[in-house]
Amino acid sequence: MSILMKNILRFVLLILMQFYVFDKVHLHYMVTPYIYFLFIVWMPFQLNRTVQMLLAFLLGFVLDSFRHSPGFHAAACVFIAYIRPFLINILIPQEGADTNYDEPSVKSMGGFLPYMLYAGILTFIHHGWLFLLEAWHFGNFWYFIVKTLLSTIVSLLLIVITEMLFSRKQKFKTNTA
Amino acid sequence: MQVREAAVMRNVFLFIRRYFNFLFFIALQVFCMYLIARYNKYHHAVASGYMNEITGGINKQYNRMDNFLQLNKSNDLLKKENERLRNQLLSNFKGADTINKIVTDSIPYDTLGNKRVWLYKAAKVVSNSVTAQNNYLVLSRGAAQQMNKDAGVVDPANGVVGIVTDVSENFAVVMSLLHKDSRISALLKNDPNGGGSIVWDGKEPNSLSFINVKKSAKAKRGDTVITSGITPTFPYGMLVGTIDQISPDKGTNNYIIKLKSAANFYNLQYVYAIDNLQKDEINRLLEKAKSKNQ
Repeated sequence: MSILMKNILRFVLLILMQFYVFDKVHLHYMVTPYIYFLFIVWMPFQLNRTVQMLLAFLLGFVLDSFRHSPGFHAAACVFIAYIRPFLINILIPQEGADTNYDEPSVKSMGGFLPYMLYAGILTFIHHGWLFLLEAWHFGNFWYFIVKTLLSTIVSLLLIVITEMLFSRKQKFKTNTA
Repeated sequence: MQVREAAVMRNVFLFIRRYFNFLFFIALQVFCMYLIARYNKYHHAVASGYMNEITGGINKQYNRMDNFLQLNKSNDLLKKENERLRNQLLSNFKGADTINKIVTDSIPYDTLGNKRVWLYKAAKVVSNSVTAQNNYLVLSRGAAQQMNKDAGVVDPANGVVGIVTDVSENFAVVMSLLHKDSRISALLKNDPNGGGSIVWDGKEPNSLSFINVKKSAKAKRGDTVITSGITPTFPYGMLVGTIDQISPDKGTNNYIIKLKSAANFYNLQYVYAIDNLQKDEINRLLEKAKSKNQ
């Protein structure tokens, strides 16, 4: 499957999973499990940064249309799409790993810990910005902090499970091929 | 002069190119803020009708499956409703006390002679949320099926659910009671002096706040709260909820009241939109009164 097809499929499946499965899961009113932004977490390394942000906006906007909350998720998605390249630069282990692999994964990030750190920071920023925007309408700061932390933990757990269920085979690309 | 202008322009272009990603990021964020601010002000999505039709269509497909799994529950609800309606049938009342029964009923069926004021319209819920800060329902009944904006929405047991805010051709969007801007006039069933507004604090679903209730009102835990009927959206006596927690507010002359909502927002399958057939007349009269005062 080509990278383009794979990403289109991911986009559609993640949105449907988010809205029809995870939005219906009511663990506790403090916890909202989010998983749809895995699309952004898994975007190819080599994608133009402007395109990354545009795709992130599109992803957020589509979910917003389902949830009738225009702007909230789009803003959070654009935020993590903007942060992503900086994070990858800091966390990727050796020079050139981002050219040898297609997209971020446990293997291409050089281990479980750096990858979890990468996914964790993006998850936290996504939730933080999203709930901050919502709290900005509501006030109530502490509620927002606790909600961000709890939701981040649950979402991260879901990401690990997804990562285990759907193992993404990453091929090592060489220049000589 | 021209040379200098050209140099300035060149610098501007260089700046834009250098920081293009950052500027683009800021621009997208600003656009998102604009969407947030605009939508919350007017209750209208950008291109709302169009997006409604698309997401509503997908929702409907999903709901066909979900509906099947919930058949037992909806059956129970409908049975209960049937029972309630059958008990209200005129043929159940005989002889002299017929008139008494109808007059003492708390819900006035026709206030002005025999003119119908409220018209109930059944609709299927195809999408519903409780976890967001602003929650909406989508009903699969739109303008083509005589759905109107600003109609009140109740569940089969007459528990208040929300207000229709947007109607497209085949779907309607309902602002749930679980919404930041939702505000409904209500009063205590036992003490009509205890009137106030129902709002949601954005935290727990099925838990509402009843504000502006004077301390002089008689209220205790377990009391029923109903709609007041002073706005043209809901008839008098629709159930809002029962008092869960009540405590006097030290700073003001009001109570702090938490309600347990009558409608269960986690599990809404069928609802009724209540159209006020006299609303247009009332609004016209209000407009007239306003223009006279100016």
